[in-house]
Amino acid sequence: MPSSVIAPAFDVEKIREDFPVLKQRIHGKPLVYLDSAATAQKPISVVEAIRHFHEVDCANIHRGVHELSQRSTAAYEETRAKAKQFLNSKSINELIFVRGTTEGINLVATSWGAKFVKPGDEIIISAMEHHSNIVPWQLLCERSGATLRVIPMNDRGELILDEYEKLLNPRTRMVAVTHVSNALGTINPVKQIIAMAHKAGAVTLIDGAQAAPHIGVDVQDLDADFYTMSGHKVVGPTGIGILYGKADLLNAMPPYQGGGDMIKVVTFAKTTYADLPYKFEAGTPNIAGGIGLGAAFDYINAIGLDKIAAYEHELLLYGTEALSRIPGLRIIGTAREKAAVLSFVMEGIHPHDIGTVLDRQGIAVRTGHHCAQPVMDWFKVTATTRASLAFYNTAAEIDALAAGLGKVKEIFS
Amino acid sequence: MVDDLYQDLILDHSKHPRNCHAMEDATRNAEGYNPLCGDKLRLYVKMDGDVVKDASFVGSGCAISTASASLMTESLKGKTREEALKLLEKFHDLLTTDTPVTKDLGKLIVFCGVRDYPARVKCATLAWHTLKSALNGAGETVTTEE
Repeated sequence: MPSSVIAPAFDVEKIREDFPVLKQRIHGKPLVYLDSAATAQKPISVVEAIRHFHEVDCANIHRGVHELSQRSTAAYEETRAKAKQFLNSKSINELIFVRGTTEGINLVATSWGAKFVKPGDEIIISAMEHHSNIVPWQLLCERSGATLRVIPMNDRGELILDEYEKLLNPRTRMVAVTHVSNALGTINPVKQIIAMAHKAGAVTLIDGAQAAPHIGVDVQDLDADFYTMSGHKVVGPTGIGILYGKADLLNAMPPYQGGGDMIKVVTFAKTTYADLPYKFEAGTPNIAGGIGLGAAFDYINAIGLDKIAAYEHELLLYGTEALSRIPGLRIIGTAREKAAVLSFVMEGIHPHDIGTVLDRQGIAVRTGHHCAQPVMDWFKVTATTRASLAFYNTAAEIDALAAGLGKVKEIFS
Repeated sequence: MVDDLYQDLILDHSKHPRNCHAMEDATRNAEGYNPLCGDKLRLYVKMDGDVVKDASFVGSGCAISTASASLMTESLKGKTREEALKLLEKFHDLLTTDTPVTKDLGKLIVFCGVRDYPARVKCATLAWHTLKSALNGAGETVTTEE
């Protein structure tokens, strides 16, 4: 296979034209951005949608009768409609704007948890969760007297469903697992995990931060009770994300934060809350971010998530093979169903040293524990180096990574 | 290029760290922790009155933090507590300011390249933060996050 082309039908060079940030040089070398699992780069259409809002339509939403307020409200709410299509929810009222996945999980753990979790209840998470899908549940357990249980994984970094089955019982209130692991790339069988939870009478939350940019999500098909994602991972801006929740659950939950926009009537004696989704959206939101996210949905849709997934899978196979050829390198996370994440360790060389040497060659990777310390503990490493790929990456960039790692070996061995 | 950071002396001390062992008769010890990378280090110091008689460390970290701990333990021996703390200050300045490199740092000058890598300053200072804790007798885990 020629190293520069892996999927001729996918015009990656044309796509790269849409991402101004990729055109720069770092320390004199072309930027090779392999850190999209941390945040994805933004196409010019997203940058311009945000700029247009600030230059032309800027006003607060939902409260003005003037022209600008109507324009900004329409643009912001249009993103909710696009999110409905992106996640295939039944209604736009089931989609809450949040700051990101972390806030989505905290909203559910706080609001749903306050109403439905009692002492002696159990919350199940998994061994491969990001800290953001661990700590909110630990806080809930501290507040409520519930117990946290953890689904274990195997050497490949796959959840052991037989063990999960044993954890489920009538005290299980919530099963909160990630759709795709940020540290390992594992794609979990969430549809099955959700069905098993429902059979035990539990509610489910799926952390979709890493899944939404790479695989098509259909919350109705999954039958997820809650599903949450971040805008900045799907080429949108930071500080905006979506929490999907089934309407009956959201209606039964108390508000998360109080303030403007989430009320019907306020008196000092009693306040009545707004209907969904506004009940959970107190205060002026990230309007520019919401509008930028709409442009990001458009951009992804125009390419097609199926095409993105297929191309990224080719990149993953190519990258896995390239890294496997490097002596002393061990890939951490070898699930059979895997997204385009290459987490690895090199014998005797610390990830921070690898990251620094790669950076000086223009290659951006993430090093550290990836906010998943329990995953590191399980694999008995303190940290890994992670190259995470997106649809704007090329096989030539993976060649650059492999060459960069050759330089690393030269220095440290 | 990157060779400014990974000078031969640093690579040598990272691959073959000196004084890398526990010390049973240490009079002081302290633990250092860098939460950003999970690196941990335990430092042992044997004082004879006000003078550092011996110093050693155990722990695993990147090349910069290991070499820094190794070279630090070498440079401490025979120094008074006050001299050691003064050296810490100078070392910190070497990494974080543009002050001209002074000769009295001895071999530690090899870390001058770190100032061009702000993300790595904490790797180089972990051992020294831990030293401060050991000398001040706090004996608690110190972190590089203040």
